[in-house]
Amino acid sequence: MLRLIARRLIFAVVTLWVVSMVVFSAIELLPGDACQAFLGQMAQGKRLENCRAEHNLNAPAYARYSDWALGLASGDLGKSIKRSKPLEEIIGPRFRNTVILGLTAALVGIPLAIVLGALAALYRDRRADLWISFIAIFCMTVPEFITGTLLISFFSVWLGWLPGIVIMRADAPILEVLSKIVLPVMTLTLVMVAHIMRMVRTSMIDVLASDFVMMSQLKGVSRVRQVVMHALPNALLPTINLIALNIAWLMGGVLVVEVVFNYPGIGRLSVNAISDRDFPLVQAIALLMASLYVALNLIADLLALVLNPKLRTRGAGL
Amino acid sequence: MSSAVTILKGVTATRSGKIGVVLVGFHLLLALVAPWLVPYEFDAQTAVIDHAGPSLAHWAGLDTLGRDVLTRTLLGGREALLVTIFGTGLAVVWGSFFGVLAGYLGGRIDELIMRSVDIFLAIPWMIFLLLVIASFGNAPMVMILTLGFFYGIGVVRMARAATLEVVVKDYVLAAKARGERPLSIMMTEILPNVRDVLMVESAMRWSWMLLAFSALSFLGFGVTPPTPDWGLMIANSRIYLALAPWPVLMPMIALSSLIIGINLTADALAKSLGVDKTTRALV
Repeated sequence: MLRLIARRLIFAVVTLWVVSMVVFSAIELLPGDACQAFLGQMAQGKRLENCRAEHNLNAPAYARYSDWALGLASGDLGKSIKRSKPLEEIIGPRFRNTVILGLTAALVGIPLAIVLGALAALYRDRRADLWISFIAIFCMTVPEFITGTLLISFFSVWLGWLPGIVIMRADAPILEVLSKIVLPVMTLTLVMVAHIMRMVRTSMIDVLASDFVMMSQLKGVSRVRQVVMHALPNALLPTINLIALNIAWLMGGVLVVEVVFNYPGIGRLSVNAISDRDFPLVQAIALLMASLYVALNLIADLLALVLNPKLRTRGAGL
Repeated sequence: MSSAVTILKGVTATRSGKIGVVLVGFHLLLALVAPWLVPYEFDAQTAVIDHAGPSLAHWAGLDTLGRDVLTRTLLGGREALLVTIFGTGLAVVWGSFFGVLAGYLGGRIDELIMRSVDIFLAIPWMIFLLLVIASFGNAPMVMILTLGFFYGIGVVRMARAATLEVVVKDYVLAAKARGERPLSIMMTEILPNVRDVLMVESAMRWSWMLLAFSALSFLGFGVTPPTPDWGLMIANSRIYLALAPWPVLMPMIALSSLIIGINLTADALAKSLGVDKTTRALV
């Protein structure tokens, strides 16, 4: 068990290390260096030289990579080309906002998805299931920017209940953030619920057909107890890892949702950074998102280990 | 050809499959013939009050710049379809090549390929796509290559998993015993037997790639104005939603109907081929 956990931890670190190299070399391979990209047509003479000197671009690539990587390891994200504030101050509050957005959506969405998935499985092929599944297909196929725009037009243009876009400072206090994220959270939740609900439904159908559920029924266990205590925990196991794997996908969705609602998070920051050609900032955000993905997958792996004794034997799993 | 007919019959056996195939077929046909159908030039501007609603001359009204919304909607899916069809093809070809290779050979090579896949899955692909497009431009070729690369990573996993189920079958062992070369075993024994999984996979991936492409063009990275594109049209007109719903609604309906069509087709395809796809990750 400990060995398995250690192996997964080591692999997570190796993943991040390789990702950092891929991100760094991808930016190296782009035409022009960070200063040329940022300055554009003004990239000549003294201005270019000063910029390169300031960002240490004259050093060879491996030296700059090791500087960057060592800085990251000690918590220094690097220096933005366009923005004068240190990167930590730019990224920090926006990263917090994105985490708040994602976490709220997950806290609302995952329980809802589990309930709906279980219901759809219990009423399989009956009217409730068909409706739930039909709405789910609609929510997961229609792009986030369309659902977002539809929600805006319904709740803020038509009903006038909620503000259509988020107007706030990136470092607003948490309560203010929470009061303004209803529509973005709703948009994100719709997509997330649809995906997770379908997974729960499928594995729930499998579990409901298994021997031990039949056994519990023969023992005379009540239907509610049978579903909640026997079937559901076993149906959730296979979905945990799938949820974690889908997080990479949801992160792409978060980016679009943040742009739609003008939400000051890391996704919108990355789009702005790319438009400004602020490569050090892009680099830092890319690595941060990768770390988030790796951390969430690690948590899902460990959760699966805790919940499923079968995975704990040596050689299983990883 | 006969197998294509069989597959189509299987897909259209259910009502939702029929709807899906009709929607996809309609969009494909439209993308081909739209240039001869449209009433106006896609960038022709009419000098009347902008945001004019539907009229006899302009069935779906005009957008902010006085351009015919119907024309732009009819033309707005062409680049998206071009990029995503070739992109999906590329993704499935390279993904299944490495997936089958990993599943068949096993051992060190399998380990190497799958660990690389795990690492590449950690890369925030959306940022990468934006970065590549910002640097190399949004020519269809650039989009096809980058989308094709990132969407192939997940195909590797699927193709490998499907291959692992096939390699233990007797006919593969028999081929090995006959002394056939690995390449020919992969081509003639394994590939035909993982074909069903790959077809369902392609259909799903096509719809996801279309989502990604429309998100890119919504963000302003997909096509260059004034080229009409659904994502970009929604992005440009959505601020005027309360004033003029048509320029937003038309591309929304077009894009949603295409994506829903592909998904319904994929669902029906999976059902008729007996491939379980709901327990799949999206990656």
